[in-house]
Amino acid sequence: MSDAEAPSTTPAMPDPAITIENLGKRYTIGHQRANVDGLRHAIEGAIRNPLAWLRSSRQKKLQHVDFWALKDVSLQIQQGEVVGIIGRNGAGKSTLLKILSRITIPTEGRFRINGRTASLLEVGTGFHQELTGRENIFLNGAILGMTRAEIIRKFDEIVEFSGVEEFLDTPVKRYSSGMYVRLAFAVAAHLEPEILIVDEVLAVGDAAFQKKCLGKMGSFAQSGRTVLFVSHNMEAIRTLCQRCVWMKDGRLHKDGKADEIVEAYFNSISSEQSFSCSNPDYGLTIQKVVLRNDRGEESGQFRPGEDLIVEISYDAHKCIEKPIIALGVLGVNGSCFTSNMLLDGHRPDFLNGVGKITCTFRSIPLLPQNYTVKMIIRSANVKDLIVNYQEVAGFSVVGDLAEYGYKGEFLTFARHSTPVVVPYEWRFPDGTTAAVALNRPTALVADPRT
Amino acid sequence: MLVEVKMHRTPIKTSPSPDLSLVTKNLATKPMALSDSFGTSSPGQLLIEAGSTERQYWRDLWRYRELFYFLAWRDLLVRYKQTVVGVSWSFIRPLLTMIVLTVVFGKLGKMPSGGVPYPLLVFCGMLPWQFFSTAVTESGNSLVSNSNLISKVYFPRLVIIGSSVITSFVDFLISAAFLVVLMVWYHYAPPVAVLFLPLFVMLVFGASLGVGLWIAALMVEYRDFRFIVPFIVQFGLYISPVGFQSGVVPERFRLLYALNPMVGIIDGFRWCLLGARNGIYRPGILIAVIDVIVLVASGIWYFRKTEQTFADVI
Repeated sequence: MSDAEAPSTTPAMPDPAITIENLGKRYTIGHQRANVDGLRHAIEGAIRNPLAWLRSSRQKKLQHVDFWALKDVSLQIQQGEVVGIIGRNGAGKSTLLKILSRITIPTEGRFRINGRTASLLEVGTGFHQELTGRENIFLNGAILGMTRAEIIRKFDEIVEFSGVEEFLDTPVKRYSSGMYVRLAFAVAAHLEPEILIVDEVLAVGDAAFQKKCLGKMGSFAQSGRTVLFVSHNMEAIRTLCQRCVWMKDGRLHKDGKADEIVEAYFNSISSEQSFSCSNPDYGLTIQKVVLRNDRGEESGQFRPGEDLIVEISYDAHKCIEKPIIALGVLGVNGSCFTSNMLLDGHRPDFLNGVGKITCTFRSIPLLPQNYTVKMIIRSANVKDLIVNYQEVAGFSVVGDLAEYGYKGEFLTFARHSTPVVVPYEWRFPDGTTAAVALNRPTALVADPRT
Repeated sequence: MLVEVKMHRTPIKTSPSPDLSLVTKNLATKPMALSDSFGTSSPGQLLIEAGSTERQYWRDLWRYRELFYFLAWRDLLVRYKQTVVGVSWSFIRPLLTMIVLTVVFGKLGKMPSGGVPYPLLVFCGMLPWQFFSTAVTESGNSLVSNSNLISKVYFPRLVIIGSSVITSFVDFLISAAFLVVLMVWYHYAPPVAVLFLPLFVMLVFGASLGVGLWIAALMVEYRDFRFIVPFIVQFGLYISPVGFQSGVVPERFRLLYALNPMVGIIDGFRWCLLGARNGIYRPGILIAVIDVIVLVASGIWYFRKTEQTFADVI
């Protein structure tokens, strides 16, 4: 089969780990319908009027709406590459992984995999609630493709990694969800394939556990294995992967260096998903809310200490006098800071026609995490809401804290920290002091983001 | 080779389960370098092309052979968890059925037994029948109840059906042990024909697998079979010669009757275990063999044909 391609590769260059050619997967919407109708329909129809049934079932096929979950995807992944796959929900990421994992077959195209593959689309696939932790290690291991001898050899390590030694003989239905996930991941982490395919499995578990998972994947990647990794955690993609593939509407949209693709992706999300709403009672339409950086570029990604500009574009069909606008910036765990006309007392005299209001938050003191912006607009009488309190935009703060003078060993933990850092200073018993601030590092101010 | 484990941070309890008895011994052999743990079993290249059937399927089936065992082991472990009498159910069920059938057909129906104690006659029929019926029921539901596996991980799906039949086969063996006790009780020694028993065991295994494959694959798309299967099983008990001898069927219908593969199989079991005064109905056995071959071959064909879309449909 591979004869045709074989001569072209030089002996020094190993075969690519994964070669994908024009892969496509079609789902037929309406297939579901056949399920609902069930057998009765099929039999009844066939018996009553065989000819009409044949004709109609053939026509039905034509009427079905085809939906390409994946289309014309070609990709080559070299051995030892760690590739992240990003994209919105429904972009075809999971379909691609399912095909590569051989769970389902492609409708067109083909792919070649060179090396033993393990895929991890879910943590704890095949775990049985009634079985004990010990039994589940064996069961899950076998389902993931380990041999019994292999599981026995690694059993000790798996138990150690999971940290559930004391509960090994307890049915997993009595486990806390954290223990359950830890055990499940421990089994998966001890697969030793040459190629690893991972779906968003790290979205479970607590912060410490996620860190452990990422660490394990990092060491796996460093040992020269090939990894294909779907995630919505951009920070994980940036730290783990050199290369990143951006899927959009079932197609391969962009492929390149992880940093660049992630950044482009963020920028596109913020412009694509612009908020809009309208309130006919007041004749006000909020056309969009966009976030800009201090260079005026639309962005979904900011560095700590950068300015954040929230720009609200409106179209007021009727004149609205002295509206009260409030903005809030919220982190994953709650509110961070606000700009609120109700408190500061500043107000536009009126909104009439098309226009813009912006609010600039100076040097945002935020750690690298994800944030949302919420907005509320009240009428001059305070009581009436013109725009309900709701999310209008989202952004993430990214950056290497080391550039800001942070020297700690656990910088990645910033993801899970309290997010707001105002300038502060430590004073130690010997009288020495240490000042910390999330100001933009001077190097970056001089040469903004190369 | 085996070195004593001197110390371990948290002692792992030695398990009662036979699988794990090795674990504690093997703790001493330290994990080897990552790369060489696979060296030998690397399957090399895999090429998947739209529209072509995989040539590796049977090799994969072999590679995943241990999964047959693990899934069957799981089902057996789970089955009697949180029950009071546990494994005893394997005896109680056939015992009660035997009593009922003996009373209904033997005592009330006054069916001929050919000089064999009626409970024995019934039990020899029930042995293959119960295997067949549980295997068909379990394997029929197996794909749907394992849908989480099917949509998340690859392995040849035939393993699921195979392990369901194996699980039922374990019950069959337990019942068979009970039959031995019963035969000792009635002082009934089997004839020389008992040597042919493995053939009939293979036949009933094949019949179960063949029908199981069909039903499981159909069930994925048509859940109607969830209602059809119990019906087939209940009905089948009466149209197969479980509670009576197939000799009671009028001669001219004999051939037609034998189209049901279980007729030949049950006759065969009785012939092997109890002997037959007026010989065995040979055409029936032949038909059963043909039936089973057709069932298994067509079952595998249909299963393979639909298998690739299971994950999309289930």
